[in-house]
Amino acid sequence: MLRDLRSSVIAVVVLTVVFGLAIPAAVTGFAQLAFAHQANGSLIKVNGKVVGSELAAQSFAQPRYFHERPSATAPAYNADGTTFANLGPTNPQLAANVAKEAKAILKLEGPYNPGLTIHDIPVDAVTTSGSGIDPAISPAYARLQSKRVAAVRHLPLSIVKSLINDNTDDRSLGFFGEPAVNVLKLNIALDRQAG
Amino acid sequence: MSGQGIAQILVYAVVLIALAYPLGLYMARVYTSERFGWRWLQAIEQGFYGLVRTDGRREQDWKSYAKTVLVFSIAFSAVVYAIQRLQGHLFLNPDHLKAVPSHIALNTTASFITNTNWQYYGGEYTMSYLTQMSDLAVQQYVSAAVGMAVLVAVVRGLARRNAKELGNFWVDLYRSLVYILLPLTVILGVVLLSQGVPQTFSGAASAHTLEGATQTIARGPVALMIAIKQLGTNGGGFFNSNSAVPFENPNGITNFLELIAILLIPAAQVFMFGKMVLARRHAWMVFAAMFVVFAAGVAIALPTEQHGSQVLRASGVNITQGHGQSGGNMSDKEVRFGIANTALWATATTDASNGSVSGGHDAFTAYGGAVPLLNIFFGEVIFGGVGSGLYGMFFYIVLAVFIAGLMVGRTPEYLGKKIGAREIKYAALGALFVPTMVLALTALSIVTKSGLASVFNPGAHGFTEALYAYTSQSNNNGSAFAGYGATNFSAELGAVAMYLGRFAPLLAALALGGALAGKKTTPASVGTFRTDGPTFVVLLVGVILLTAGLMVFPALTLGPIVEGLSH
Repeated sequence: MLRDLRSSVIAVVVLTVVFGLAIPAAVTGFAQLAFAHQANGSLIKVNGKVVGSELAAQSFAQPRYFHERPSATAPAYNADGTTFANLGPTNPQLAANVAKEAKAILKLEGPYNPGLTIHDIPVDAVTTSGSGIDPAISPAYARLQSKRVAAVRHLPLSIVKSLINDNTDDRSLGFFGEPAVNVLKLNIALDRQAG
Repeated sequence: MSGQGIAQILVYAVVLIALAYPLGLYMARVYTSERFGWRWLQAIEQGFYGLVRTDGRREQDWKSYAKTVLVFSIAFSAVVYAIQRLQGHLFLNPDHLKAVPSHIALNTTASFITNTNWQYYGGEYTMSYLTQMSDLAVQQYVSAAVGMAVLVAVVRGLARRNAKELGNFWVDLYRSLVYILLPLTVILGVVLLSQGVPQTFSGAASAHTLEGATQTIARGPVALMIAIKQLGTNGGGFFNSNSAVPFENPNGITNFLELIAILLIPAAQVFMFGKMVLARRHAWMVFAAMFVVFAAGVAIALPTEQHGSQVLRASGVNITQGHGQSGGNMSDKEVRFGIANTALWATATTDASNGSVSGGHDAFTAYGGAVPLLNIFFGEVIFGGVGSGLYGMFFYIVLAVFIAGLMVGRTPEYLGKKIGAREIKYAALGALFVPTMVLALTALSIVTKSGLASVFNPGAHGFTEALYAYTSQSNNNGSAFAGYGATNFSAELGAVAMYLGRFAPLLAALALGGALAGKKTTPASVGTFRTDGPTFVVLLVGVILLTAGLMVFPALTLGPIVEGLSH
């Protein structure tokens, strides 16, 4: 027993130092040299200032921007406190949240999309994401928002649509995952277009 | 189910087997070679044995092996707890996080020592970089390696005859860590890094958003931890929302690789076992039994999630797949993964005792969420945890062989060894202890006020949350219906569940291995029940469904089934 304990204590120290400090330090050093952008959070700079990360949603409320999916974090799109909403499939609160989101979208997009009904709203637009900072919306939701953004910015719809295409991550290697439109990158591209 | 979804899942199965098979043969060599690797590697290895004062050639019997495992785990528990409590005074804490509260630290210690990785804490705002990297992530290597070591010891028991010794724990631990887990982790970690998973010691970044607000963006030494969390069937992420967070899992490629990593080592161990006991056809049948249950899970979870939840169907929004969306139950799911990949992940992560999640299980549909629950309740033997999955499967195999023996009226044999009363006792204990504990703890948690305080969702779903919590912790999975909240009561009850759920089956497995090692082997006769054909697969799956499935069925009717039938 004492023999095992002595061996264990030594092993605990050695393993903690090697696997907990030495190896991560070496890999971090390599990361900072070889993949500095990714290693530091894929931050995006505009005019030299960090405006966000391509891997985190941020709040967009103005009509000139594409909007993100709903977020369950507090406050919304908190990239320092990710969380699910955890509302079950029959939870009345989920029904209320979805109805509220749908109503807001109808009010916002309706004027630019005559005849718009709740049946035209894609499900990702009214549901919280898993992380609360899902950086992407579905191409369907981007399409729904495109007429508003084009009208508010006095841009031809075709230009907005081509910017959506430019900022859509298709399935990786044409196969894995689902197509996703990166909202922050799209909005930055729009701002550049106007400027 | 879309063609694209099915194709992605088929490719997944093919790639998994193509990688797991050679890895399994390699692992058999790692454990059976007296000397492994280049000379300088051997020198380092000998140096480690010198430090822990063991003679690598001296083997231990099952009791001695078990004693070393227990003492080692207790010693490490003390350190894991202490670092969490002291992190406020230690280095690598750029965001100045305070000590982890005692009951959370206790639960988290149990969680990481036992390879569970249940998270009653939000990583990015609770744990300092030092705690994540030098405390929790170290356990992600070590607890995995302990499981792998114990499996190898048990497999030696099956392979040897008239023997007492099962191996040297320090050798098995070291080789699991250095020759298997470390290289795989570094390779996967660097690939994840290249795709956008951070690896930095700098504190959170601050951004001025396009609309002029300030956003704090958590980051840290993430990439390496995510690699070992996936490969070691750990599941405990750097961030609260785990693999749903883009910083852990940025795109389709990382999602695929992380998915492969979930099942890679447990699947490879089946082939390793086949090589070590010289029964490759039998190993394929064990693999087939696991795969059948896995595929059945996907076949249920995927269409039910695509069909959508009651609330979403009634809401009137468009949940139809196609025209630029994946549709279905997108609640708490990420756009870049959609339904197919999230359902596949939920099934894989609960077949293995991984427990990482790429979408919120609490928001899954009633039956879609019942698949992960049932998978875990099977005892984490469908691939299961690294090591613990296959040694858990041996319990069911012994029971299956025993039942077959009863049916034909012959003494049951397994791999040429007669199965006697002692072996059946160990196997029954190993198979039944945890499910019994789950039901008892769930009952306790829903009849007490302190237990009910953790429940978040109303109605039958709330019951499922409690059932899932104790199923997951007792079986060392670690995924959650994450609405289930931390109270002092639930954290302490969970800690007990995780320790007992880890070490009771582990000891039963070592005892079984020790008992079988001492037996001689007899050549198969016409009366021997063949374990290398499809009949065995059917029998094994049947035994799993009947033992664990029937135990959980009454509880399932109170939770997911009631919810699935309601509107």
